[in-house]
Amino acid sequence: MGQASTAETYLKIENVWKAFGDFYALKDISLEVRRSEFVCFLGPSGCGKTTLLRAIAGLDIQTTGSVFQDGQDISALPPSERDFGIVFQSYALFPNLTVEKNIAFGLENSGIARPDIEKRVAELLELVGLPEQAKKYPAQLSGGQQQRIALARAIAMSPGLLLLDEPLSALDAKVRVHLRHEVKDLQRKLGVTTIMVTHDQEEALAMADRIVVMNHGVIEQVGSPTDVYREPVSLFVADFIGETNQLDCEAGMKGKGIRVGKQTLASAPHTHTDGQQVIAVIRPEDIIPHGDGARSTGAPEEISEPGNTVETTVDEMEFLGSFWRTRLSSPDLGTGQIVADFSVNAVRRMEIQVGGRMRIEIPSQRLKVFAATAEPEK
Amino acid sequence: MSSTDALGPNVSADSRIKPKLGSDDWIMRGYMIVLAVYLVVALALPLYAMLSKAFETSRFDLAQFEVQVSDESGAFNQPAATLKQLNDKSNFVAEGDLATSSDGRLALTNFFPDFSFRSPVKYRLRGLDDNAVYLVGSERFAGTKPAEFDSNTFRKVVIRPIQSHGLANFATYFSTPALFQSIQNSVFIALVSTVITVTLAFGFAYALCRSCMPFKGVFRIIAMAPILVPSLLPGIALVYLFGNQGFLKQFLMGESIYGPIGIVVGSVFFTFPHAMIIILIALSISDARLYEAAVSLRASKWRTFWTVTIPGARYGLISAAFVVFNLVITDFGLPKVIGGQYNMLAVDIYKQVIGQQNFQMGAVVSVVLLIPALIAYVVDRLVQRKQVALLSARSVVYQPKPSRRFDLSCLAYCALVALFIISILGICQYAALVKFWPYDLSLGLSNYDFDRMDGGGWAAYRNSIMLGLMTAVIGTVIVFTGAYMVEKTKGFTRGRASFQFLAMLPMAIPGMVLGLAYIFFFNNPANPLNFIYGTMAILVICTVTHFYTVSHLTAVTALKQIDGEFEPVAASLKQPFYRLFSRVTVPVCLPAILDIMIYLFVNAMTTVSAVVFLYSSKTTLASVAVLNMDDAGDIAPAAAMGMMIFYTNVAARLVHAVVSRYVLGKTQGWRQR
Repeated sequence: MGQASTAETYLKIENVWKAFGDFYALKDISLEVRRSEFVCFLGPSGCGKTTLLRAIAGLDIQTTGSVFQDGQDISALPPSERDFGIVFQSYALFPNLTVEKNIAFGLENSGIARPDIEKRVAELLELVGLPEQAKKYPAQLSGGQQQRIALARAIAMSPGLLLLDEPLSALDAKVRVHLRHEVKDLQRKLGVTTIMVTHDQEEALAMADRIVVMNHGVIEQVGSPTDVYREPVSLFVADFIGETNQLDCEAGMKGKGIRVGKQTLASAPHTHTDGQQVIAVIRPEDIIPHGDGARSTGAPEEISEPGNTVETTVDEMEFLGSFWRTRLSSPDLGTGQIVADFSVNAVRRMEIQVGGRMRIEIPSQRLKVFAATAEPEK
Repeated sequence: MSSTDALGPNVSADSRIKPKLGSDDWIMRGYMIVLAVYLVVALALPLYAMLSKAFETSRFDLAQFEVQVSDESGAFNQPAATLKQLNDKSNFVAEGDLATSSDGRLALTNFFPDFSFRSPVKYRLRGLDDNAVYLVGSERFAGTKPAEFDSNTFRKVVIRPIQSHGLANFATYFSTPALFQSIQNSVFIALVSTVITVTLAFGFAYALCRSCMPFKGVFRIIAMAPILVPSLLPGIALVYLFGNQGFLKQFLMGESIYGPIGIVVGSVFFTFPHAMIIILIALSISDARLYEAAVSLRASKWRTFWTVTIPGARYGLISAAFVVFNLVITDFGLPKVIGGQYNMLAVDIYKQVIGQQNFQMGAVVSVVLLIPALIAYVVDRLVQRKQVALLSARSVVYQPKPSRRFDLSCLAYCALVALFIISILGICQYAALVKFWPYDLSLGLSNYDFDRMDGGGWAAYRNSIMLGLMTAVIGTVIVFTGAYMVEKTKGFTRGRASFQFLAMLPMAIPGMVLGLAYIFFFNNPANPLNFIYGTMAILVICTVTHFYTVSHLTAVTALKQIDGEFEPVAASLKQPFYRLFSRVTVPVCLPAILDIMIYLFVNAMTTVSAVVFLYSSKTTLASVAVLNMDDAGDIAPAAAMGMMIFYTNVAARLVHAVVSRYVLGKTQGWRQR
């Protein structure tokens, strides 16, 4: 973070609004993207992420607000006068042109000599790993190959900004995961400032330097993948990214805990007054198992926060390969179930099984408290 | 994050971003405006001229003039009197005769029963307002300046009517039974033809789509043949078969072919392909799974037909019905040839304009004809929209299973229909070759000696090909680029919507109406475009406009199938839109472009209705020559020329097929994986 924050700002978005009739698709968006950074716009469909991308490209210019690229105000410029390459979900490859003609489309007619164009096309094909496909038509390539050609075409003219609009969504799962790395590698190699729109949180977490989480036309949170995952600033972010347990409870302990059922648990610091209805959030993998002390053969693990333990019954267990997803209930926590992910190792060691009893620890720093309204914006 | 409550006021007018338009935007908008102006000039303004003509009335206003008569010595002792006063006293001119056409003239001598051109009496004429206009010989005078005439000059003085707008022409129309009757006739003929054509076409399409009979491809080609001939050709064939000297005359049992029977039979012939293709498409998109469901529910064949087949094809049936209705009610060539004394609206326009030179009444009939045409058009558009919605549903294509009895009856039925079509064409060809029907049935080419007949001769044929080629090339360029602008221009919503409206309008305008509108607009000496009147240019413009809508829709459909993200990509690559257009859009749309070309060519070859008002002695056309030769009694040469049009269109279709295949192989290699 420290190094990135000193890097210069390449793209600056200031107070951007976008109205479609009476509907506001973007509400007062401000954002800075640094040079060479890979930023993901993440959010559910209709959150405004694509609208924002299209505003940056000049395809649907914002109603008010400014966009600066490399210090220049580009707010009102048509796409052709901006400096970007773009890749769409549909690839938008020209079907009647061969792969090399597709890639060369922008290079031709721009004063570059033909041998240089050919060299550049070969270079780009090499870069995206498809040097043998130059003479083929797009329809003769697989989806993943087409997307790589689209990428090569987008970076052919070395744009300052690369825009990716759900580039991987049309691909099947395996290819998608594979291409994630390739795109990310390529971006790092070229150092091109990149903005990718996606609704796939895994994709965003895996690829982005920073994630911009959007909802209902506003930015909920901007941060590194670990930031938005570990330290969500709103219930929406916590809920949208990763799995969460949500406990309906009351604030307590003067901003340092919650009261749920009969129990009081310490939590990460919050600003809610005691007795206020809140929702506490904990991720399944953050819950620490301590087994049934009486039956456990091995030495009981040290409990770091004795006050934050709960006695529970194991209702259900689901084997998900690398871990067990268990559903726990406790009369102390009211009627709801808690989902916890335990390692295979821990389950074996502590002999956790359905119907058994176990003690779990909820680390207070991982227990986040949010206001009880579904909408974090008031 | 700032609060979101304040969203409304934040977006005030002054902080709004005014997007800067790129050079592409300017070029595209500019070009679209150019095309819109073209459509306004070629369509909207002529129609406006026609409409205002229909509501324009001309009437002599006798109160506008006063005349003073001298005694024999030339002294003006009598007081002046207005013409109105004179007429009121003695009723020289009946009230009804004061209504006239815009060319009306009324001689002043009418008001002076004792007028003699040898008399030394002088006449002093004065207009009473600035609009008073009179002619002396052909010299025009206006205004209130008095003028004196001797008797000899006075007999050359005529007054001109004043123009106003009103429904008087329509009142005249509806009080003239001979004209009024045509509405009933036209609607009746159109209804009967529609019922027969749609029924026949449905059976044919059903057989093509749902049976396993052999020769489907051949039947399909034969069914489409009538599109390639002018609508009046079946009329000529019917004359040969059932006319006064027809060899099948006795089959009519005393009825005459000249009249409703002939019009209906001919209409069925020339509208059949239109209905058949629409219904065929509707049938071929219906979902096979519905039939499987019907079988599994043990529904009888009859029940399945009425509960699955007919509802599935209903939009096709409705659409076909309105298309046929529209074609028949607006057709001019066929009733002209075989209608006899049976008046139809489209022919009335022709008779009023060409026969009686009564342009105003022609305009009135045009307005009357517009009404059913507009209704049919609107219904068809609404239905088409629903049909598209059906199309997009994912359905399984129905695969017919062989059934000997059903297939054989389908084969028999289609063979009968095909026989009807072939014999109409065949009889025309035979008649064209026979030397002197029915007395000398030996064959020869004397009827092809068009240069010895009225109608324009071989030059007319060459003109038609010229018109066809020019219409195809120019029309395709205008239509396709226009459709591209409508589909791909960003923003500019109002401009695009108006253009789209203009592009859809021609379909609602019958050819006769368009042609007449062109007379009013382009033949006006005050129009700077007057010079194109009587040239090939006006024929090309008229024909392109007449057939604009279907071509436009073909282009739009093709363009809609192209990824909308090509333009953003090209812009991001700093490429102007016209490079994308020529390198990608046109090559990808080439099949559709070729389809538009052949459509325009074939229609330019066969159309009669609009151009019949617009050709000149230098630009006679083959289709019009057929009409004129038939009119002059040269029926055999008319048939010969009609068949020339047919063969030309067949050849054009073949060329189109070959070129399409070549082009597809050459530029569309990407289509196969």
